[in-house]
Amino acid sequence: MSDCFFLFRPESKYYKMDREKLKEKVLGLVPGLQSEETRDFTAVTVAADNLHALALQLKNDPDLLFDSLLCLSGVDWGKELGVVYLFESTKQKHMLEVKVKTTDREKPCFDTLSDIWSGAILHEMEVFDLFGIFFKGHPDMRRIFLAEDWVGYPLRKDYVDEVNIVEL
Amino acid sequence: MEEIINSRVQDIEVQDYHINIGPQHPSTHGVLRLVVSLKGEIVENLQPHCGYIHRGIEKMCEKDTYPQIIHLTDRMDYLSAHMNNHAVCLLVENALEVEVPERVKYIRTIMDELNRIASHQLFFGTFANDLGATTCYMYGFRDREKVLDIFEQSTGGRMLQSYYTPGGLMRDIHPEFQKNTKAFIKYFRKKIKEYDRILTGNVIFQQRTKNVGILTKEDAIDWGVTGPTARASGLSCDVRKHHPYSAYDKVTFNEVLIPEGDTFARYMVRMHEMRESMNIIEQLIDNIPAGDYSAKMKPIIKLPAGEYFERVETARGVLGVYVISDGNKNPYRMKFRSPGFCNLGVLNKITSGFKIADLIAIFGSLDLVIPDIDR
Amino acid sequence: MGIKIKSMKTEDFKDNETLESFRKKGGNIVLAKLDDIVDWGRSNSIWPLTFATSCCGIEMMAASAARHDFARFGIEVFRASPRQADVLIIAGTVVNKMAPVMKRLYDEMAEPKYVIAMGACAISGGPFFYNSYHVVRGADWIVPVDVYIPGCPVRPEAFIYGIMQLQRKIKLTTMFPSIRK
Repeated sequence: MSDCFFLFRPESKYYKMDREKLKEKVLGLVPGLQSEETRDFTAVTVAADNLHALALQLKNDPDLLFDSLLCLSGVDWGKELGVVYLFESTKQKHMLEVKVKTTDREKPCFDTLSDIWSGAILHEMEVFDLFGIFFKGHPDMRRIFLAEDWVGYPLRKDYVDEVNIVEL
Repeated sequence: MEEIINSRVQDIEVQDYHINIGPQHPSTHGVLRLVVSLKGEIVENLQPHCGYIHRGIEKMCEKDTYPQIIHLTDRMDYLSAHMNNHAVCLLVENALEVEVPERVKYIRTIMDELNRIASHQLFFGTFANDLGATTCYMYGFRDREKVLDIFEQSTGGRMLQSYYTPGGLMRDIHPEFQKNTKAFIKYFRKKIKEYDRILTGNVIFQQRTKNVGILTKEDAIDWGVTGPTARASGLSCDVRKHHPYSAYDKVTFNEVLIPEGDTFARYMVRMHEMRESMNIIEQLIDNIPAGDYSAKMKPIIKLPAGEYFERVETARGVLGVYVISDGNKNPYRMKFRSPGFCNLGVLNKITSGFKIADLIAIFGSLDLVIPDIDR
Repeated sequence: MGIKIKSMKTEDFKDNETLESFRKKGGNIVLAKLDDIVDWGRSNSIWPLTFATSCCGIEMMAASAARHDFARFGIEVFRASPRQADVLIIAGTVVNKMAPVMKRLYDEMAEPKYVIAMGACAISGGPFFYNSYHVVRGADWIVPVDVYIPGCPVRPEAFIYGIMQLQRKIKLTTMFPSIRK
């Protein structure tokens, strides 16, 4: 125990970009972005082709520095399938949400972000398993929760399974 | 004769050997299957296969109302049941902009910290048991029973309580809650020195855990690792400090950071966190304000349409709850960003190059609860 | 702490018509005595397999720990290998992906073997009965169960009561099926 080095840090002051400035900066990165405001964070919708370029800039831009992927969630909006990413910066402490949608329900496909944030590897496998969205360039695209021969994608809204689900 | 033996030895190739650990194994804390590819005794690659306890909680949440979801979140990471409930309650209260009474905030913070102590006691017991020190398992559980007694007196449940509801608590605390908690803290401050005497200074334990499974700070940020695992690599990520909730802004406590990042650091962070939790409880236990134990809420809770995100610090890391609501009494999509799922990704990276016995030590030190990974 | 638990009367504990109806008088005296001895030995040293899937597993571990020590009932150790275990305690939810694994473990166990379904999830699917797509509604769809212990999670005291019921059931078995005890 004597050769352990302990560091107790008091609460540090951090630089946080104003939400308006953040929105302006992000909207200028890639063409074709739409934004909306929620109570806690700014949400930006991007087209599937520009997703990887936007993500690279979000991580590397010196003002933004979004180096932490907080949450990656697949969503079925009824007609469209998509993915919602929540990014946070450990240095600047601001948060951003990025949405990407597709109307193709047969073979939905996006670029993988696992080369930028390694934490996305497991999350994208989960989204593939439960929604059926394929990620191009992912190192290990397979079903992670359900068995390999499971048919269907359970978290979609039109998933019907009389055998397994008991309705209340 | 020697030429024959030498030529035979050159024909032997060293191949990869795959072994399967789990899903039923005394050392995995739950049902997780690891397919490990070895070269001799050294681990080259590791692939986790989860899903053996995948119960489809996120799909079930789409058919349940918000108070019913709290009972499901209990069972996700059952060792920090209070914190899981806290996340959903905070989300609903912040979305509806309901102000909970001060008494509720104090009690929730104290219950959370007691739960953190209980979870770390179980970590101590099972981590030492994995490495072969069975006495520590008995010590950890003996002291954990005292915390569970306190919970049972006020909430009725030992491990899974569902004590928090949106707006406050299910019922008020027992009149002897404060006396029993203070007695427990006095008892446990003495006992934690026993833990140090039996395990921390032990030469065998130190040799098995020092410089084993090193996680750097950059890797921790890249892979999204949070909680004591990340704090043992020097990354400051405590939600209680950066985005305080409930009564955490009224207490002063230290965030324990150790820069080494090996298994021993992960163990020491948790030992110190138990002491910090006791400090927090001591600051709050005598000053619980009088008042209601619940704010007035409508009988049917409907969140306004929109997206909400809330996070709390559980004993394993940051639990994030993301809800898309369309105005009904059930959420349209509820996603739990569980700490175990993100911490699991880094296991492959930190075990490559070490032996199988080190794999057991590293896996135990990550403190994963498998239903948290699989939801 | 002063929590008082209401305890059961001895005559209520012994009163169980289904089990007692298996007892019939008569039969070979020597073999009946041998049965008694073997059953006494088997029931007082039940060694379970480590099979804890979820929350009930922690309460099973708590029942083996210092306060509710169940080693005094004969459960000395948990065996990791199914070939050396007597009883499979299903503590936790059984899901579709885990069900073949559990069946295989049950098949690998050697006779005589018993199964205890611990907790609401193992009895009937528990809190995950409705609206889940991946949960087996009860372990008895997969393996034949001897004792069901309700609870969510099961208190360690209730778990020990379930073990005692299994001990009573074992004491009524016989080695030679042609002679009913």
